[in-house]
Parts: sequence; C-alpha cells; structure tokens
Amino acid sequence: MIKAILIFNNHGKPRMSKFYEHYTEDTEQQIIRETFHLVSKRDENICNFLEGGLLIGGSDNKLIYRHYATLYFVFCVDSSESELGILDLIQVFVETLDKCFENVCELDLIFHVDKVHNILAEMVMGGMVLETNMSEIITQVEAQGKMEKSEAGIAGAPARAVSAVKNMNLPEMPKNINIGDISIKVPNLPSFK
Amino acid sequence: MSDVVEKTLTALPALFDSQTGAAKITNRLRQLIKSITELTSKHEEENLIKQELSAMKEQVSSPNTTMKQMREIMVRAMYCEMLGYDASFTYIHAIKLAQQGGVLEKRVGYLAVSLFLNEGHELLLLLVNTVLKDLQSTNLIEACMALTVVAQVFPKDMIPAVLPLVEDKLSHPKEIIRRKAVLALYKFYLIAPNQVQHIHAKFRKALCDKDPGVMTSSLHIYLQLIRVNSYKDLTGSFVTILKQVVGGKLPLDFNYHSVPAPWLQIQLLRILSLLGKEDQSTSELMYEVLDESLRRAEMNHNITYAILYECVKAVYTIHPKAELLEKAARCIGNFVLSPKINLKYLGLKALTYVVQHDAKLALQHQMTIIECLDHSDFTIKRETLELLFRITNAQNVTVIIEKMLDFLCYVPIKTLTFAPDNSWFIQTMNDVFSIGGDLLQQDVPNNFLRLLAEGKPEEDDQLRLYAVDSYLTVLKGHTSHLPQCFLQVMSWVLGEYAHLQESVDQREVIQFLTQLLDQRSVSSETRVWILSALTKISEGQTDLILDLAESLSSSQDTVLRQQAQELRHLSQDSQLHEWALPRGAPWDSIEVAGLIVFPYYDKLFLLNINSGYLLTFSRYSNFFRCTCICLYINFVYHFSSSTLILEGVKRVWGKDGYLPQKEATAPLVDEPSAAVQPPGQHEAAERIESRPEPSTQNQDKQQLASSLFVGLGVGSSMSLVRKLYYDGFTVSLRGNVVDCLEARSTSVCHYALLMDDPHTNVSFTGTVSYQTQPGHTNTLPFSGTLSTADFIRPLVVTTEEYGKLWLSLSHDVKQNLKLLTDAGDPLRTTLNALKDALQLHVVDIIGSEGIVACRLLSGAPCLLHCRVNGTALAMWLRSPHPALPDCILYHCQRALTHH
Repeated sequence: MIKAILIFNNHGKPRMSKFYEHYTEDTEQQIIRETFHLVSKRDENICNFLEGGLLIGGSDNKLIYRHYATLYFVFCVDSSESELGILDLIQVFVETLDKCFENVCELDLIFHVDKVHNILAEMVMGGMVLETNMSEIITQVEAQGKMEKSEAGIAGAPARAVSAVKNMNLPEMPKNINIGDISIKVPNLPSFK
Repeated sequence: MSDVVEKTLTALPALFDSQTGAAKITNRLRQLIKSITELTSKHEEENLIKQELSAMKEQVSSPNTTMKQMREIMVRAMYCEMLGYDASFTYIHAIKLAQQGGVLEKRVGYLAVSLFLNEGHELLLLLVNTVLKDLQSTNLIEACMALTVVAQVFPKDMIPAVLPLVEDKLSHPKEIIRRKAVLALYKFYLIAPNQVQHIHAKFRKALCDKDPGVMTSSLHIYLQLIRVNSYKDLTGSFVTILKQVVGGKLPLDFNYHSVPAPWLQIQLLRILSLLGKEDQSTSELMYEVLDESLRRAEMNHNITYAILYECVKAVYTIHPKAELLEKAARCIGNFVLSPKINLKYLGLKALTYVVQHDAKLALQHQMTIIECLDHSDFTIKRETLELLFRITNAQNVTVIIEKMLDFLCYVPIKTLTFAPDNSWFIQTMNDVFSIGGDLLQQDVPNNFLRLLAEGKPEEDDQLRLYAVDSYLTVLKGHTSHLPQCFLQVMSWVLGEYAHLQESVDQREVIQFLTQLLDQRSVSSETRVWILSALTKISEGQTDLILDLAESLSSSQDTVLRQQAQELRHLSQDSQLHEWALPRGAPWDSIEVAGLIVFPYYDKLFLLNINSGYLLTFSRYSNFFRCTCICLYINFVYHFSSSTLILEGVKRVWGKDGYLPQKEATAPLVDEPSAAVQPPGQHEAAERIESRPEPSTQNQDKQQLASSLFVGLGVGSSMSLVRKLYYDGFTVSLRGNVVDCLEARSTSVCHYALLMDDPHTNVSFTGTVSYQTQPGHTNTLPFSGTLSTADFIRPLVVTTEEYGKLWLSLSHDVKQNLKLLTDAGDPLRTTLNALKDALQLHVVDIIGSEGIVACRLLSGAPCLLHCRVNGTALAMWLRSPHPALPDCILYHCQRALTHH
C-alpha cells in the first residue's frame, strides 16, 4: 500500500502532500521535513530507495523517490509494493502531469494543487494503485475537464453571446427554427381537414 | 425571438461579473503564493498566513460569498494546510460545498474533505447522506467522486449504510465505476473484514470481469485474501491470466514501454508465489508460466527488471525446481553486477532473500558484496549488512559482528547531520547507547557529549533540556540493565545541564544520581562520572552532599574516597565551587581555562602540561574538568594541610585507556615542586591513529571477503577457511614517553611505538602544541607511515630450537613466491634478499630448503620455511599471532618484486 505521496521542491517547500493513512497535522509536517532531509542529502547517482523513514512507521516502509529539476516526487510505501514498479509509477505520474499541463513546471503544481490532486486520484485511490495507463488517466481527467470547460463556457459566454446576438439578425436563423417546428407539426396537419 | 435576445442581454452583465469575480479570486491565490515566495523568514510566513486565514474566516462566514468563491477559498485553505497551518474553520464549509454545490464545487468539496478529515472525524457523519445521494446519481462523475471519497475516508460505523450501493456498482455498465467500486470494497475489507464477508463471491466475479482493468483491481483484494484463506482453486485462473498477459493477449493500450501490463504481471507473480509457497502440486502448475516470464522479460527497461525481480522471488518462494532456480540465480547475478545502482540494490535484496535457501549464491558474489559494504550509498550499505546478518555462522560471526559494530558507530554521525528534531535525536541516541552499550567505540559518547556541549547556550538549550528530561525519565525506570557508557553520558549531562530544567528539583536529580552510586552493577569508572556530576550540581544542597560524602569517605575505593573529600570541600566553600566549576561556561573556554589558570598555579599546570595531559583532557572532557579540580584541590591541600592524597589523584588520571603515560607521570606527581617552567614551554602530545593504506585496500577486501564468507558452501577452498586479518579502524600502535630531556629552551620527547596487531602499513598522525607566550598556543601537525617491516627484528635461534618452536605454533600460511634466479644459487640469493629487506635471520640452509626466523618488536615470533619448487619458492610461515604471517608474506612479496 502507498502510505503517502509527497512533492516538494529543492528547498523543501511542500508542493503537494497526500497521506493515505491518518497522521496528526504535526506528524505530517514532521514527515515532510524528515523526508526532505533524508532525500535531499542524497547524491544524484545513488539508488532511488531509502529504507525506514523513522516517522512514517517502522522498518517495513520505504521511500521511493525521483528528482526532476526543481522537484522531488516521493512515494512512501510498505513492503507490498514493488520498488521498481513504484519508480515507474512516479514516471507515469509525472508524464501525465506533463500532458495535462503542457510542459509541467513547479508553478503549475503551486497554482493548480486541486488539479494535481484530481489527477493523482485517478491513479491512486485510497493508497491502492488504481490505474497505471497514462492515456486512461488522461481520459478520465479530461472527462472532468469537460465539465470545467462547460462551466467556463458559461463564464466565457459573453464573447459568444455577443456573436450570438449579432447572428440573431440573420434572416435564416428563425427560418431554420420554423422549419423545425413545421416538420414536427407535419403529422398533425391532416387533423385540420 | 425577441425573448431570446432579451434573455441573453439580461444575462450578459451577470456573466461578465461572474468572470471577473472568478478572476479576482484566482488572483487572491496567486497573490498569496507570490507574497509567500517573497518572504525571507518563517516568522513572516506565519504572520502572512495568519492574516490570510482571518480574511478567509471572514469570507466564509459572510452570506454573500458565492459557491464559486467558496471553491477558491477551499483551494487556498488546502494550500495553507499543506504548509502546516490550521484551517479547521473551513472543514464544515468543505462539507457544505460537497453537499450543496454543482459538480465542480462538489469535486473541490470532496477533495478538501479527503485532505482535511480522517476516518474518525465527527464532521464526516454529515457527509454520509451526500455520499449516498451521489452514489445513486446517474452522473458518472458524481458517482466516481463518491466512490473515491468512500475509499479514502469513511467512518467505519457507516459502512453498512453504503455497502449495498457500492456492491451494486460492481455490475455497473461503466468499467471505471466497477473498478472504483472494487477498490472501495477492498478498503472496506481492510477496515472491517467481517462486514464484507458475504460478498467474496462478487470478488470472484470481478476477477472474471471482461475488462482487464477491473480484474487488475480485484487482484489487490486477492493478494490480501490469500494471506488469510487459501484460494488454491484459483491458481489455474491466475496462471491463465498471467499466461495471457505475458503472451501479449491484452489490448495494446495496456503496454507500457512495449511491456504488456507490467504492474499487472507484478501483482500476479506475487499472488502466485504466495499460492505456491510450500505446496508442490500448486507450484507445479506455475513452473511453465514462470519460465515464460523469465524468458520474456529480457528487454532492457526498468519495468522489465521489476518483473524479473518478482519472478526470481517467486521462483525461490515456491516449491523449488532446479532448472528455474538456475535461471533465477543467473538473474540475481545480473542484478548484483549491474552498474545501475537501483538494480544492485534489488540484487542485494534478492540475495538476502535467497541466501537462506542457497548460501553458495552469496559466495559467488562475495567480492561485489564486499565492495557494497563500503559503498557511498547508505541504503546499499544497509542492505549489505542485512545480507551479512543472514549468512552469519559460527566461523564468520566475529568478523561480521565487527563490521556491524563499525556500522553502529556510523549511526551517531548520521544522526548528527540528519537529525530532524531534538527529541528524535536524543531518543535515537538513547537507543544507540542502550543497545550498543559498552561495545560502542569511545568516540560515540565523546562526540555526542561534545555536540551537546559545543552549541551556543541559547540555541542548544532546547536540545540539552530534551536530554535532561529524557534521562530523568530513563532514571525513573529500571537502571540496572543500562550499559555503563550510557550511565556515564547521563550523569555528565545531568551534571552539566540539570540546572537548565527549572521545573525539576535539583535535590531530585541528586537523589537519582546517589541511587545510581549505590547500585552494585555500576562500575567504579562510572561512579567517578556520577560523583563528578554530583560535584557539579552540589551547590546549595550541602546537607545531602555532606551525607553522601560521609558515606563515601569510608568506601574501599580510594578514587571514591578522594572524590568524596573533594565533594565535601567544594560543597562547603561556595566561592571555590564557583571558581572551579563555573556553571554554563562555554565549551571552548574549558581548554583555555587550563591556560588561564596556568600563571597562578603554574607548577601544578606545568606538571599537567609537561606530561602531555592536555590532549587527554580535551578528548575526555569530563576528566579534564575533574582533573582540574583535583589539581586545584591538591594545590590547596598542598599549601594548607600538606596532605596530598596522591594515590587517589593518580588513579583518577591513570584509568586505563585514558592515560597511557601513567608510568611516566607518576614520579612527577610525587615531587611537583621540582618541575620548572622553561621559557619556551613545549608540550608534546601525540595522537596516533592507524589508517589502512590505499595500496593495500584491494588485498584487504579479499581478505575480508574470505573471513566473511567462511563456512558458506561445502567445497570452500583453502583460502576461504584461512583466518585472515584485515585493516580495521582500531588503534594498533601504543605510545609511551620513554624519557623527557629538558634543556633550557627545548625539550625532547621520545615515544616508543609498539605494534600489537600487525598491519601491512600504518599511518600515524599527531600534533605538537607549544607555547611561545602565555595564553597563545601553537600547534604543529606531523604524520608518517610505518610498515610491519619497521617492527620486525631477526630472531636468533638454532635449528633445534627452530624445530621445537615450529611445532608449537598454530597459525600458518602457505604461498608460492617468486624465486630470484639471476645468480648462481637461487635459494641463497632469494633468502639474502629477504634478509636485507626485512631484517630476518637465516637459521640454516639444507639442500633446496631454507629456514628463516624473525620476531615482532613486541615479541611474537614468526618462522619461515622455504623450499625451492621448480621456478618458485614455496613459503610456509608459522606464528602464534594470526595476522603476522600474512603481513610478513606481503612484505616478502614486495621485497622480491622490487628486487
């Protein structure tokens, strides 16, 4: 099971944190700090696994992390997860973010924390890996994105509304509507006779 | 038509408005983040967030706040919570948002709920109805959100309420819903297994789902269920699924880097290994597919290694099959030897797992394992130790334990640099001390005390307070099992810093320490530590202290008697106490204190410095302080009553291991007035360390390898059984001041060095400190390298004596060496060359055989028997010392190659 997923930058500023087990607020902050201390001291060319984070519960757990430019992606998992599997899952996560944000950067994560969480929710649910297929994740995220767009559509309506108002003056428009009406009414015509 | 136009036009302002409204809110988040990044201190951040939170509080309680604004507020609240600030006033609004909002608001609301609340939070009850409603919703997205929140946080008691709805979702036409429902049910199973007992049949249906995604989700459940119940009847199904996956029968979407559904394969392999464990008939079902997996997973991508690793583990877990084991062993080899560090780590892990079944495999990779032992990566090192732990047997136990203890000594150094906070640090050190105990190298407690002492008073008082508190708690419990070194550390800390903790009565601390003194398990050395701690905190508690001093003054231990005298003296004279033990004196001035005192009490301190004590004191801080007092008190005694309790003084300083120069200093103590201060006072202090030479490292590794892997595998070769030494980190040289010549402005110190443990090469370093003017110390470092050859002397014996000695020696080594054939008599030439290079004594040469003898300066003999064997010289060495033959052999080899 995945216990926590943390993203922080090179200075240890948290950019996203998601805990799948309950910890108190203070413990969560301590875990983030501890994890940053452990991970940031490590060279680039040593392995991506760290055993036994002390706060996040015992020797069964390990940290699996990847470092991308300014960000660290850390997954805290127990022994039932495959190390290399999780390592590639991080890669999938990052690639998905990259697709969804178009060249993701730290700022995207800061300003769209909710969106990052939503993407993650399609990948990992309650600590279990739900989906590993990037295109499937993106499909789900986009399905939700559509709602957003439809709302943004209303919000962005002014521009379209103006053009609609312009179009109203065109003579064809009402005609079309009438045609529709007529065609519906056609079956009723004989009754007039 | 005009209707339409009218409606559109009336809607326009609102639309414009809502857009600008949204933009305004987004700007607020942007503004907040921008201002946070501009801040320089944590304090400023706190203030800013506090302002922000109070602004938010106002906003959420205002009736005019729209849902959309609420959404933005939620995102800001998430941000603040992530930074660790409490935004609990928004929790109820998060729930409201999920209850009342449209789909978008719901999403933010649910997200906030799952981030803010935990399973036990009472507010969650308010959400149950909303979740029920959304589960029934025809809107896919709403149903998905409800399932997600159910799987993330849901009160245990409320599971029965949603269970039927979630169950229904298992037959939902949309696969994403089915998949989430399966995971939600799994979560229920984890929280309350008995409540989902009745739906195990439905899990089976999920396993057979036409959508591979749903099937994958159901594997989570089975992986868990198989640990509890046996599902052997499903083995066939799992094998078939894996076969299909490996065979590429899944749609191409499931490929990841052209590997078919790797995560699914990993899951299946884990399930199979659980099923096949200790079950031959079940295992037989899966041999074929495992073989197939091993064969297919040959592409060079990270994820294929993940599959391979699971395969290997499965092969070793199930009932063994020779052919598969062989293949798996080869895979492990590839992992271990891989230049990729992640794979090496997994290789070590696999080895650790496998070594119980097949110890020989570790033997094959012994050199790699040795390299990993010194790897710069902590994780690799740790895993290697784990591996070593598994291969421990009667023959290699000493070497392995030694390595592990070395590692234990790394722990504190690690903790010093990484410690996330004070309490954790102290707790960890407590563990290290109580577990590692007296086996820890002296450096560990010393470094720890130094760390405590060196910090600035304001900054590190917190740390010290933690230490004091934690030690008082420890002392309240059972103390008889605690190692001496831990007791020493505790008493030092309490002595120095107990006064920082104002809430604790100093009398209580004194009582704790006194109780310790009474314990029989406490060694006399620890008693000294405890007493000096008591001396430090005795101020103002004269009654307690006098009782104590009284009871100790009849002690059989002279050291304690001496200290009790001092204690009584100090507790009665507060001025003296103040001077001798200034409370909270900064650490670096302690060493200086000796020099400040110097002009007033020069004779005594001259004595002190003359005998090279200063180094000892600075390293063993407690003893420095305690000795200062001794000196001072002795001085007082000297002038007041002329009764020096010299014996005690000497014993305190002369504790073995603290003061090797004991013999040399004793006469000086006897006649302190004889010491004169020369103008350019020299103080010679030498610290000798041994470090393994780089040139011998490789050889060392091999030797270490052979001693670590002794006894693994049946047909281990001769060289493996041989017990070899290795260059550790032990100090192997001893120094003694032989004599101290004093001229007007120079003093010459001779040190005799002895080699107790032969090492091929030993480098030593040291410092000479001297004063050109009072209060100003200069330090000169020096270093050099010594080899065993420097410590070898000829051993003159007759052939008969040689014969007798030969039979009595136990450790022997055989090796073929190069024979020098450039002159007439090869044997004689070679032996002479060795004799010149190493100061050996050639006892006799008979035909093609020669016998040679030598001894180590400290006495251990080594006999060499040489025989010409074709173009080589067969050398057979014997010695009572286990490591000596190897050292000499090494130097012989060198001498002959350089010849």
